[in-house]
Amino acid sequence: MTENTLLSVEDVVVDLPTPRGNLRAVDRVNLTVGAGQTLGVVGESGCGKTMLSRAILQLLPKKAKLSGRVMFDGQDLLQLAPEKLRKLRGRSLAVVFQDPMTSLNPVLTIGTQLIETLQEHLELDDATARKRSVELLAAVGIPAPEQRLAQYPHQLSGGMRQRVAIAIALSCEPKLLIADEPTTALDVTIQAQILDLLAREQRRRHMAMILITHDLGVVAGRTDEVAVMYAGRVVERAPTPALFKKMRMPYTEALLAALPRLDAAPHTPLPAISGRPPDPTRPLQGCSFSPRCRYAVARCQVEKPPLTAAGSREHQYACFHPIGIHAEAGA
Amino acid sequence: MLQTVQAASNEPLLAVDDLVVEYPVGAKIVHAVSGVSLQIARGETLGLVGESGCGKSTLGRAVLQLRRPTSGRVLFDGHDLTTMQGDALRQMRRRVQLIFQDPIASLNPRRKIGDIVAEPLVIAGVKDPQKREQLVHEVLSAVGLDPTLVVGRLPHEFSGGQCQRICIARALILNPEFIVCDEPVSALDVSIRAQILNLLEEMKGRFGLTLLFIAHDLAVVKAVSDRVAVMYLGRLCEVGPSEQLFARPAHPYTALLIEAIPVPDPDVRPTETVPVGEPPSPIAPPSGCRFRTRCPRADRRCSDEMPELRAVAPGQLVACHHPLI
Amino acid sequence: MATLELEVAEEAVTQPARKGRRLGMLFWAGIVWLVFVCAVAVFATVLPLPSPTDMDMLERRAPFSAEHWLGTDGLGRDELARLIYGARISLVVGVCAPVIGVVIGGALGMLAGYFRGRFESLVVGSMDVLLAFPPLILALAVTAYLGQSIFNLTLILGALSVPAFMRVARAATLTLARREFVIAAQALGATHARILLRELLPNVMLPLLAFFLLGVAVIIVVEGSLSFLGLGVPPPISSWGSMIGEGRESLDMAPRLAFLPAAAMFLTVLSFNLVGDTLRALTDPRQGAL
Repeated sequence: MTENTLLSVEDVVVDLPTPRGNLRAVDRVNLTVGAGQTLGVVGESGCGKTMLSRAILQLLPKKAKLSGRVMFDGQDLLQLAPEKLRKLRGRSLAVVFQDPMTSLNPVLTIGTQLIETLQEHLELDDATARKRSVELLAAVGIPAPEQRLAQYPHQLSGGMRQRVAIAIALSCEPKLLIADEPTTALDVTIQAQILDLLAREQRRRHMAMILITHDLGVVAGRTDEVAVMYAGRVVERAPTPALFKKMRMPYTEALLAALPRLDAAPHTPLPAISGRPPDPTRPLQGCSFSPRCRYAVARCQVEKPPLTAAGSREHQYACFHPIGIHAEAGA
Repeated sequence: MLQTVQAASNEPLLAVDDLVVEYPVGAKIVHAVSGVSLQIARGETLGLVGESGCGKSTLGRAVLQLRRPTSGRVLFDGHDLTTMQGDALRQMRRRVQLIFQDPIASLNPRRKIGDIVAEPLVIAGVKDPQKREQLVHEVLSAVGLDPTLVVGRLPHEFSGGQCQRICIARALILNPEFIVCDEPVSALDVSIRAQILNLLEEMKGRFGLTLLFIAHDLAVVKAVSDRVAVMYLGRLCEVGPSEQLFARPAHPYTALLIEAIPVPDPDVRPTETVPVGEPPSPIAPPSGCRFRTRCPRADRRCSDEMPELRAVAPGQLVACHHPLI
Repeated sequence: MATLELEVAEEAVTQPARKGRRLGMLFWAGIVWLVFVCAVAVFATVLPLPSPTDMDMLERRAPFSAEHWLGTDGLGRDELARLIYGARISLVVGVCAPVIGVVIGGALGMLAGYFRGRFESLVVGSMDVLLAFPPLILALAVTAYLGQSIFNLTLILGALSVPAFMRVARAATLTLARREFVIAAQALGATHARILLRELLPNVMLPLLAFFLLGVAVIIVVEGSLSFLGLGVPPPISSWGSMIGEGRESLDMAPRLAFLPAAAMFLTVLSFNLVGDTLRALTDPRQGAL
């Protein structure tokens, strides 16, 4: 949409055939990320956020059917030849996954994995690649980096492994980093360190980032824009302050309200969202959130609300009775 | 069967006295729990919070004698569980129960829900199948599930939240007095957590329970606990009433934890005071105060002398040579 | 404020026979053959067959005819009848020996995996010792000492299969015994016996069963090999293996005498393998489902 839009996801649909029927994991999602910006994608399990990241990276399971456009730096990733795509991945487009134990190869040393990546994409010779690796490990805050090159992933703690995964991801100066639940498996103090590290590196390299998480607290202070996903669709999308202060989607409101807060008194009953996240193999006719929504009316169960914009074009939501606007209408 | 919850009665229901749990891993020894003492009054919820590797889960299991402590005592209603064996211990088990982190793994995948929830009754010797069925139905309704729809099914047909309700039902069916909740909501979706937390609170009031609530999420712990104990690398750092502890933490580690929690408020920018380093391994814990390697206030004394819990404010105990208050 | 979960009904209805789609054509083909073989073996005495021991010296190595559907062997005995009676032997040994193995090995494995410690070391150690003996020499030694008979053969093959079943049961028990539902049972005050029988056994049984079927296939071949060498079932009883052995002499004149029993054994072993493999594939995803 704007000139410095780095990534534009347009009408992406991901269908997975399963024995129980077709599973629409991602349902017509539209997103943009500008250069140097951070987009937070928030949702619970099964909302499609991981499938979305896989779709962007073109790492979907073989059976998956993908349609739409993913424009990255002017090129449509879905149309790109596999060779070119491979060169792009790791170089301009990098990923950090949730579990570093499985995203790092357990039988190769840290050094081998780092150096291989550098040589593959940047075609550096051994000595330069080694030097670069040590610098990278130091940059991500790993003490004694030279010794670490010879170590295996299982010899490091979870936080350290994630730092190594980040080092590998950042090694080729990517333009966009997709972090898929990078800190979910880590302790809260380590989580803060890793998120700070990502923010610092992002600023330094003017890198765009997509931060995928289920934790609203993580996106609150660290993203420019947030997209909330539910049942495969983006149900609300807004600049971060607007999302938290002037949310429109009842799901967003309910999600925030259901979080236990440190500033609340003990034994305060939590306003829980009733029911369960929807079954993706049995999509509902109307709004996916309607069975759990306190504002739902008959129309919500029959029609799927489209993504519309509130006052400012940047703030979009998919609801017939958005909060705030509802009140203004006086109904 | 409503019982009013007393804030504190004369005798604590559970008293843990200098509990130590160590076990060998290869040639080395893991010091999982190194001398923890605490009391829980009848009707109270004590939250036990700490990061992974601090030993809180081990402590929970050691209290229930599912992992025998290396030394120390666990007094439940005056009886020392550590010295009990065989049948006597099994009888005791009816009064104390456990709820686990992974609700689906806590249920035998090959047994029907009705059988699973009735199992405690069978073990306790309730012979009449109709009576068992009635009790199973009652407790499943109490946790918010429709018994007729649930009883004949297998665990894999249910979601995480529903499985956790089933686990809670199983824990409640014998009317226990004390339940250890080991990270009961960590594996659940955010929108389901609130449901289960509310359920636990409701069950606590209805059945008159005393809870030991173990978690790594401070906000969750604060929401359900009367008092909170903070654990680090096998030892307690601080114990105190929830509100007070979080408002004015005395131990630097507690303060660190509170600061590190991401707050869902965009105005609160995360402070870039990066917490230093990583927790040491429980195989080779630092001498003296175990937190000293990451503590900004550490000095010589901290490495020489192990701090013991002492009162710094009414009801608040801290194990630190340089507490914050 | 507990919320009632009323959507269980919808959720649980959509549980179709997922298994139905996983069982392919090969699986059913295997089942069909096994049913057929077992049926003819069981009803051999009532089928209108010529006797397998009647020798007709004038009709030796006769080709297929209306009287002898599959011809006759080197001593004029009806080939079809011999195949069917041979099936009985092969199946009896092939099924009974693994039964011994699964019962003893399964029990030892479960106990070893559950109690661990010195008992486990003892069990595993003794199984290793048993495995260290060359099985053929052991079988020979035992038959030489106790005499050649179907009973002894079944016994020795069963004993030799115990270590394998012990391993399978122990591996399954090790992974399961650490899972939380077992700890939950302990927390409820269940006795060890109850945990082993009610919690662990139903879960261990499936991989054991799948392995059992594979074991049947292996034992049939082993028995066949021993009988082929003349060391298995004693004459005049014949199994497929000994038929193949006898057929060796007639290879140039009537190769079918060796190939027919070999084909029967091949199809049967293949069927057991297919069925066993499919069952094994079915048991794994179940435990990690949803």
